Amino acid sequence: MALIALDDVHKTYASGGEAEVRALRGVSLTIDKGEFVAIMGSSGSGKSTLMNILGLLDRPTRGRYLLAEREVSTLSKNELAEVRNRMIGFVFQSFNLLARTSAAENVELPLIYAGVPGKLRRARAKAVLERVGLGDRLGHHPSQLSGGQQQRVAIARALVTEPPLLLADEPTGNLDSKTSLEVMALLQTLGRDGLTVVIVTHELDIAEYATRLITIKDGLVAENRRQTQRIAKVSA
Amino acid sequence: MSLLETLRVALRALWRNRLRSFLTTLGVVIGVAAVIAMVAIGEGAKARVEATFNSMGTNLLIVMSGSSSQGGSRGGFGSMPTLTWDDLKAIQTECPAVRAAAPQLRSSQSIVAEEQNWTTRVFGTTPEYFDIRSWPIAKGNAFSASELDAGAKVAVLGQTVVEKLYGASADPVGQQIRIRNVPFVIIGVLDKKGQSPDGQDYDDCVIVPVTTYESKLVRGLQKYLQGWVMVSAHASSGTQKAQSEITALLRERHQIRPPAEDDFFVRNLAEVASAQQEGTKTLTTLLASIALVSLLVGGIGVMNIMLVSVTERTREIGLRMAIGAKPRQILAQFLVEALALATLGGLIGVALGLIVAARLAVSFAWPILVRADIIAIAVLFSALVGIVFGMYPARKASRLDPIEALRYE
Repeated sequence: MALIALDDVHKTYASGGEAEVRALRGVSLTIDKGEFVAIMGSSGSGKSTLMNILGLLDRPTRGRYLLAEREVSTLSKNELAEVRNRMIGFVFQSFNLLARTSAAENVELPLIYAGVPGKLRRARAKAVLERVGLGDRLGHHPSQLSGGQQQRVAIARALVTEPPLLLADEPTGNLDSKTSLEVMALLQTLGRDGLTVVIVTHELDIAEYATRLITIKDGLVAENRRQTQRIAKVSA
Repeated sequence: MSLLETLRVALRALWRNRLRSFLTTLGVVIGVAAVIAMVAIGEGAKARVEATFNSMGTNLLIVMSGSSSQGGSRGGFGSMPTLTWDDLKAIQTECPAVRAAAPQLRSSQSIVAEEQNWTTRVFGTTPEYFDIRSWPIAKGNAFSASELDAGAKVAVLGQTVVEKLYGASADPVGQQIRIRNVPFVIIGVLDKKGQSPDGQDYDDCVIVPVTTYESKLVRGLQKYLQGWVMVSAHASSGTQKAQSEITALLRERHQIRPPAEDDFFVRNLAEVASAQQEGTKTLTTLLASIALVSLLVGGIGVMNIMLVSVTERTREIGLRMAIGAKPRQILAQFLVEALALATLGGLIGVALGLIVAARLAVSFAWPILVRADIIAIAVLFSALVGIVFGMYPARKASRLDPIEALRYE
C-alpha cells in the first residue's frame, strides 16, 4: 500500500523579477509503507524542495500529493500543521534541540501541540527515549550529550507521536562515521518495526543502508531503483 | 493546546533565558516603580494639605461684619459692626446646615504671670468654639456654659503661651494670670495645633468666656457683635448650603433687598481647602503622567527585546512549526511571553516603588499615601503594555516560513 504518492509534482519559485526557479519539474513517485528510501542528488538538484514537499512544509505549485491516500497538496497552513504533527517525524542534520532544556522535555514538545496532557506526555517521552537507548539521560540538557546522543534524542522526538513516516534530512551530516553507523542502525531497526523512513543524503555509503535509492537531477527523478539493503552493524 | 499549557511553554522559554528576561523587564519595573512612588508622594502631599485645613477647623465658615465707608475711605472687612448677638442666635437655630456657631472677639493683651509676661491674642468666645475649630484640650478643661453665663474669670491657654510664661513642660492648670490687671484662673491648656499655612502660630493665644471678655477686657457694643462668627457646617458638602442659608438669613434679618449688597461677608474655608487640593491633584497628575511615559518607554524596551528574541529563536520557531505548532500557537506563545514579562515587571515594580516611597518618606519626612487602586491600575497597565508591544514581535514570529526558519543561521 502506498504511503506516499506524488503525481507530476512541480515547484516553481518566483525569485523576484523575470527569472523564476523551477526546482521540481514533474516528479512522480510512490513510496510504500515500511520502505527505507534514500534520496540523493547534488546541491541545486531539487532534493531539498522534494523533501520540504514530502514533509508538508511546502506546497507544490502543480501536481498531486497523496499521503496515506489523503490529498494534502491543497490543505491550509493550520491543517498542514496538524498533519505534520500526527503523520510525520522530522530529523535534521543539526538536531534542532532546544538548548537548556532536558532531553525528556525536548521529546515531549510535539505532544504539547498534539494536546496530550502532561502526565501522559512525560510517560511517552520516557518510553520512547528508552527505545532509542537513552533511558538514563532523561534529565540531560543537549550540551551534556554527545552528537550521537543528541541525534537520538531528535529521533525520539520524531517518534513520540507515533507517525507512520520519518523524514531525515542529512541525519548523519554532523556525525563521525562510527556514530553515523549507530544512527543508521537505529533507523534500520525502526524500519524493520514498520516505520517508513525517507532520508536525504549526499553520501553514497549512507544511501546503501536504504532499500531503495532515488536520485534527483535538475528537478526530475533521474534514477529510482530497489537495492539490497546493507545492514548497519555496530561493533561493540 | 490550552491557555495554561501556553503559559507554561512561555514561562519555560523565559526561564531558559532568565538574564535576558530580567533585563527586558527592567524598563517596566522602573516605570511602574516610578508610578507607584510618584503617586504615593503626590497623595501624601494631598493628605498633608487636607490635614492642614482640617486643623483650622472642620467645614469652617467665617461670618464677618460689613465694611465702613466714610468720606470715600473704605474700612475693610469687619470695620462696620453690623452683626448682632441675635444674628448669632438666629444662625445657630434657623440654619439646618449649620452644626455649631460661636463668636470670636479678639484683641491683643499683655498677660502677666508670677515671674513672666507675654503679649498675645486673647479670644472671647463660647464653649462651642473648641469643637468648631476641632481643638481638643490637652490638660484641664474648657470653660462650661454655666461659667460663660456667670462671666467667670477663667482662661484656657495655647501651648506657646504656656511655654513663654511657665516653660515648655510646665502644667499651669490652677495657676493665676492677670490680664489688664484682672486675675484669671487657668483651667485648661489647648492641644498643640501648629502653624497656619501663612506661618501664624495657632498656639499663641488665650481663650476666655466672651461674657468675661466684654465685661472685663474690652467693652462691647451692646447689641452688636464686634468680631467674627465661626460656623461649622454639617457635612463637607454642606458648606455651600450653609453659606447660602446664612446669607439668606442675614439678608432677611438686615432687611436687605436686591439690588443692595450684603452688609456682611461669609468666607467658606472648605472652598479654599478644595482649591488647594486641586493644586496638589495637578501635581499628582503631572508626576503620574511622567511616570506613565517611562512605563511606555519600558514597553518599547519589551518590544525591542522580543524582536531580538524572535530573531534569535528563529530556528526554534521553525522547529516548533515543523513538529506541528500552528501559526496562532506561535503567536500565543510569544504574546504570552511578552505579557508575562510585562506583568512580572509590573509586580516587581510595585514592590520596588513601595520601597522607594517608604525610604523617601523616612529621609525627607514627607508623608506618603499608598492607594490600592493605583497599584491595581499600574499592574493592569503594564500587562496592557505587554500585549500592545508584544503583538508586533509575536505576529512576526507566527508569520515565519518554517523552511527558511529551520535553515536560519
